[in-house]
Amino acid sequence: MRKAFKLQDLDCANCAAKMENAIKGIDGVKSATVSFMTQKLVIEADDDCFDAVLDEAQRACSKIEPDCVILR
Amino acid sequence: MKHSGGVPRPRSNRKLKSMNKKQKRTRNRIVLAIALFAVVYVIAELMPLATWLGSETAALWVEFALFLVPYLIAGYDVLLRAAKNIGHGQVFDENFLMSVATIGAFALVLFPDSDPHMAEGAAVMLFYQVGELFQSYAVGKSRKSIADMMDIAPDFANVERDGRLVQVDPYEVAVGDEIVVKAGERVPLDGVVVRGSSQLDTAALTGESVPREVREGDEIISGCVNMSGLITVRVTKPYRESTVSRILELVENAAEKKAKTENFITRFARYYTPAVVGIAALLAIMPPLLLGGGWSDWVQRGLIFLVVSCPCALVISVPLSFFGGIGGASRLGILVKGSNYLETLSRAETVVFDKTGTLTDGSFNVVAVHPASGIDPDRLLSIAAHAEAYSNHPIALSVRAAYSGPIDQQRIDDVQEQSGHGVRARIDEHVVYVGNDKLMSACGVDCRDCELTGTILHVSLDGEYIGHIVIADVIKPDAAEAVAALRAAGVKKTVMLTGDRADVAAAVAKELGINEFRTQLLPQDKVAEVEKLLEETHAHGTGKGKLAFVGDGINDAPVLTRADIGIAMGAMGSDAAIEAADVVLMDDKPSNIARAIGIARKTMGIVWQNIVFALGVKFLVLILAAVGIANMWLAVFADVGVAVIAILNAMRAMNVKK
Repeated sequence: MRKAFKLQDLDCANCAAKMENAIKGIDGVKSATVSFMTQKLVIEADDDCFDAVLDEAQRACSKIEPDCVILR
Repeated sequence: MKHSGGVPRPRSNRKLKSMNKKQKRTRNRIVLAIALFAVVYVIAELMPLATWLGSETAALWVEFALFLVPYLIAGYDVLLRAAKNIGHGQVFDENFLMSVATIGAFALVLFPDSDPHMAEGAAVMLFYQVGELFQSYAVGKSRKSIADMMDIAPDFANVERDGRLVQVDPYEVAVGDEIVVKAGERVPLDGVVVRGSSQLDTAALTGESVPREVREGDEIISGCVNMSGLITVRVTKPYRESTVSRILELVENAAEKKAKTENFITRFARYYTPAVVGIAALLAIMPPLLLGGGWSDWVQRGLIFLVVSCPCALVISVPLSFFGGIGGASRLGILVKGSNYLETLSRAETVVFDKTGTLTDGSFNVVAVHPASGIDPDRLLSIAAHAEAYSNHPIALSVRAAYSGPIDQQRIDDVQEQSGHGVRARIDEHVVYVGNDKLMSACGVDCRDCELTGTILHVSLDGEYIGHIVIADVIKPDAAEAVAALRAAGVKKTVMLTGDRADVAAAVAKELGINEFRTQLLPQDKVAEVEKLLEETHAHGTGKGKLAFVGDGINDAPVLTRADIGIAMGAMGSDAAIEAADVVLMDDKPSNIARAIGIARKTMGIVWQNIVFALGVKFLVLILAAVGIANMWLAVFADVGVAVIAILNAMRAMNVKK
C-alpha cells in the first residue's frame, strides 16, 4: 500500500532528510520520501503491517524533530 | 454565499497572513532579546562596573550574568531541544551544535588568559534565531506562493435542485448531471456545454491569456474561469478524474521524484556535519596538548567550526530551487512531474519531434483532388470519404470534411485499417484501397506520383487506380521560432519523425530549420528510431547530453516513455498524454518547449550557484578559523547568512517571464 501523509511542523530541511533515511530503514517499508517543501511523507509498505510501520515512523520523526507530527 | 463580482477565492486562500502564530511569538521574543542585549552591551561597555564593584573579576561575573538573560530569552528553546535530542541520540543536530558553540563561548570566561566572549555567545544565538526565523518565513512564503499558483481547485458547483440553484461540493456531482457556471466562476468539472456560450480564461491552466470561445456542444475543462455568459454544462467526468484534480495531483507528487543533485546534497550533509564536528574536537584538543600553551584560543577555533558545521543552507535551498522551478513552469502551463525531470531537461542536447500535432497543427486540409483520366473528381472524393468513414485519423477527418455530400453507411462494408498505410473497405461491393504508395504497391496497383508536396492519398477501385487526393498539414505559426529558440537555448540537434513521405517532411524541415528528419515511419518504427538517436546522443561529447521527445501524447506513449525525457503537447484534457509524459505542455504551442528547457537550465544554474556559494563560504571560513583569523561573527554569517542568501537566490527560480 502506498499512502501520503501531511507532516505538521516540519521545520528543518536537514531533519526531513534524516527522517526519510530513518523511515526507509524500518522493517516492511518498501520506499519512503519526505518532502520538506510540500511537507509530505509518502510511504509504501506491506499492507498487513502498515499501521505498525506508521507508528514506528512517527517515533522516528519525533526523535529527530520532537514537534513533528504525521497527520493521519 | 454571495459573490460581489470577480473570481471567488478558493478555500486555501482565505487566510492570508504573512507569519503564522509560532513565527510571531518567536519574532517578539527575538525583538525583546535584541533590546535587552543592546542595553546589557551598553552597560558592559560604558559603565565603570569594575570600579563600582571593586574588582575586575566581580565585574566579569556580573557581565556574565547580564548577558545570560538575553541569551536565554532568545535561545532557551534551542537549548531545550538540544537536551531532548541528545536523549534521542541525535548528536549532530543543529540545536545541539549551536548550544555547544554558544555555551562554549560563555564558558571561555573560565579561561583567565582570554578575553571575555559572553557578548559573542549571546549575539551568535540571537543571529542564529533571526536567521532561523527568516528561513522559516521564506520557506513558508514560497510554499504559499506555489500553492497559490496552483490555486485552480474549484470551491463549488451550481446544481439545480427543486427548481433552485444550489451550491454543492464538486465531489458530489455525478457524471451526466447538469451544472451551471456563472460569469466569474471557475468551471468545477470537465464537461460539455449544453446551453449558452461564453469566453473562458484558461490562463491558470495554460498560461495563455487569450480567452477561448465556447458554445453549445464544445467540451470544456475544469479549472478555466468563465468570463462572460452563463453556461450550462453536462458533466462528463467525476471530480477525481477531472483535469483539475489530475493536475493538482501531478504537481503535488512532483516533489517526490527527487533530482540527483538533491540526493547528492542530502548524502553529502550526512557526512559533512560529523566530519566538521570531528575536526572541531581535534582542533580544540590536539594543538594545546601537543604544543602546549593556551587552551582558550584553540577551543574558540573549535567552537567556530561547530557553528559552520550545519548544512542547512544547502539542504534547504536545493529542494527550494527545484520546487520554485516546477512552480514557475506550472504558471506557464508547463507541468514538470519531478525535480529529476527538470534536471534531465536542462541537459537536453537532442530534441526529437513528432511532426503531426506538434510542429503542425494536425488539421489536415485537402488541397487537391487529382482523378485518373475518365474519373469524376467528386466520385473519387466520395469513394475516399466512404472508405475513411469510420476512421478518426486526422487524414480521414480532412477527407470527410472536404466531401460535401452525405455519407451513406449502407454502402460501406468490411473496413480494415492498415496502421500507418491506409484503409481497405468494400463500397457498393467494390474493393477499395485508400492510402499511401506502400499500400498501393502492396496490393499491386500502379500509382501516379504527384508534383505537389503533401500527404498523397491514393485510391484504387477493384485493383484499378482511380486517382489521388493531396492533403497538406498546416505548420503552427510559432514552430519556426520554437526551433530557433531551441537552438539558441543550446540544443545541438533537432530531428523530426513522421509517417509522411520524404518530400513533405523535407519541405517542413527546411521551412522550420530542423536538422534531420526520418520519414514514412510506422508508430512502432518511431521507438526504434528514437532508440538509435538515444545511442547517438549518449555517445556524443561528454555523454551527459539527453534526448527529449516531443509528441502529442495520443499515439506516441511508447516513444514518450522510451526517451530520456518525454514531452507531451496540447495535453489539456488528454489523460493519456498526462499519464505517459514526464513534462506536460498544457497548450499546443511548440515555443513552450524552449521555455521549459530555459526554466530547467535556469533552475539548475541557481542550484549550482547555491551549492558552490554555500560550500565555498563554509570552507573558506573553516580554513580561516583553523589558522585563527575567523571569529564567531564570521562563523554565524557562514551559517545563517549563507542560508538566507541561498534561500533568496532559490526563490528566483519561481520567477518566470510570462
